[in-house]
Amino acid sequence: MDNITQTATIQIKTGFSEMFKGGVIMDVVSPDQARIAEAAGATAVMALERVPADIRRDGGVARMSDPQMIRGIIAAVSIPVMAKVRIGHFVEAQILQALGVDFIDESEVLTPADEAFHIEKSLFKVPFVNGSKNLGEALRRIGEGASMIRTKGEAGTGNVVEAVRHARTILGEIRSIQARPSEELMTVARDMQAPFELVRHVHKTGKLPVVNFAAGGIATPADAALMMQLGLDGVFVGSGIFKSGEGDLAKIEKRARAIVRAVTHFDNPDVLAEVSTDLGEAMVGINLDTLELKERLATRGW
Amino acid sequence: MVIALPFGGATGGSRHVQAGAAGQGRRVGVLALQGAFREHRRMLESLGVEVREVRLPADLEGLAGLVIPGGESTTMGKLMVDYGLQGPIRDFHASGGAIFGTCAGAILLSRTVLGAPPQFGHQPSLSLMDISVQRNAFGRQVDSFQTDLNVTGLDIPFPAMFIRAPVIGAVGAGVEVLARQGEQVVLARQGRLLASSFHPELTGDTRIHGLFLDMLPAAAQAADLQRSV
Repeated sequence: MDNITQTATIQIKTGFSEMFKGGVIMDVVSPDQARIAEAAGATAVMALERVPADIRRDGGVARMSDPQMIRGIIAAVSIPVMAKVRIGHFVEAQILQALGVDFIDESEVLTPADEAFHIEKSLFKVPFVNGSKNLGEALRRIGEGASMIRTKGEAGTGNVVEAVRHARTILGEIRSIQARPSEELMTVARDMQAPFELVRHVHKTGKLPVVNFAAGGIATPADAALMMQLGLDGVFVGSGIFKSGEGDLAKIEKRARAIVRAVTHFDNPDVLAEVSTDLGEAMVGINLDTLELKERLATRGW
Repeated sequence: MVIALPFGGATGGSRHVQAGAAGQGRRVGVLALQGAFREHRRMLESLGVEVREVRLPADLEGLAGLVIPGGESTTMGKLMVDYGLQGPIRDFHASGGAIFGTCAGAILLSRTVLGAPPQFGHQPSLSLMDISVQRNAFGRQVDSFQTDLNVTGLDIPFPAMFIRAPVIGAVGAGVEVLARQGEQVVLARQGRLLASSFHPELTGDTRIHGLFLDMLPAAAQAADLQRSV
């Protein structure tokens, strides 16, 4: 009858991330928000206690969420549930895996627990997503076992400029590696501090070995479609949905649906015009040049 | 932009068993609302099929077959309703088109969906195939698995990947069961409909897609179909 059955293989973990493509993953802080996200067409929810805009405002140490709220969100929806751990905090990751979370985000939005090392993600059954600003960082995270990469952007600002910068950097570096002759790849790997085998993979295939999503500062349907047209596989929206519309639930639901549609029809300006109409106020944005370097979350991660 | 070089499925299947050339010169759509549509596209193109991504009803015109990929069935069902695709896809099947649903796609083909979020009442589906499907039947992501699966009509087992996979529960009289995982039905065929709980598009093995291409209406019928749409 059945042959050997294996769980948590690289194929199973990266195959799962392929299923999120062309979709929107939304930050939620309660079961009610999770249900709104699911009804709007989110492909997954990210369960956390405070969205990045509030973490930024409140300051202090931001940690993994209380298991009780994560359990509440798991019980509320049928779509996959993700949750965040601090960079390097492998015990928080063990706890989330025990809770049955479907994906872990080792996230710079929380306060880092380790200033030198990330989690050895290949040891876990649950897949991980990590943020990256450039290709070397993306390949280091994949080397540690990440099954999905996202841009860092600058979370909680409602300003897409950093996500665009990170996407263009990664995609540009991929194109430049493709143009190099193969004998130069070892030096390329040394210079970008990336695993050689993964540099060779990028040279051969022209893409990362895992899906590459946009995150950090996406606030409108047009922002989401911009990231898709740049060549990313899908979108995370953090503060952009539930911090919009001045708390008017109907407007928030409308914006959530609009961003989902914009990601599916990212290259159809007629649909984008229709879904961008009458969404109320987007979240108040922050201009990056008013942020001190130490206030920038994207600088976290090594 | 980025040049896509051939890459043995997203995850690089170890075996590369090629199906026959049934797809030569045929045009097949892949529903591209969300999910693993690019992997299906790549696999169909490797079999010589001309592929079109389907996002709106007009994209169905002139197709001989349609693949509904894996992804989130809740999301896909919703987007399908939002953009008025349910009726046109049913009409496409009624007028001779073949449809292959993988994972979430199998859920969307089924008559009855079990395990849908209660707040939705009724999960949107096409109700085309006489099967009931249980969502997330094997558990959460940590329970996802891969295994070699015996499939009726294939001489060596197929490397099947089950990712938060559904299973096919009750099957109607006209439904042919092609594979089981334990006691549970995971691949079934009914007329011009094929449903799998697993993800052949994530492997390097094209045999299940080959089975589907064999179900396409003959080239002449496809031409008729094109005229009638």
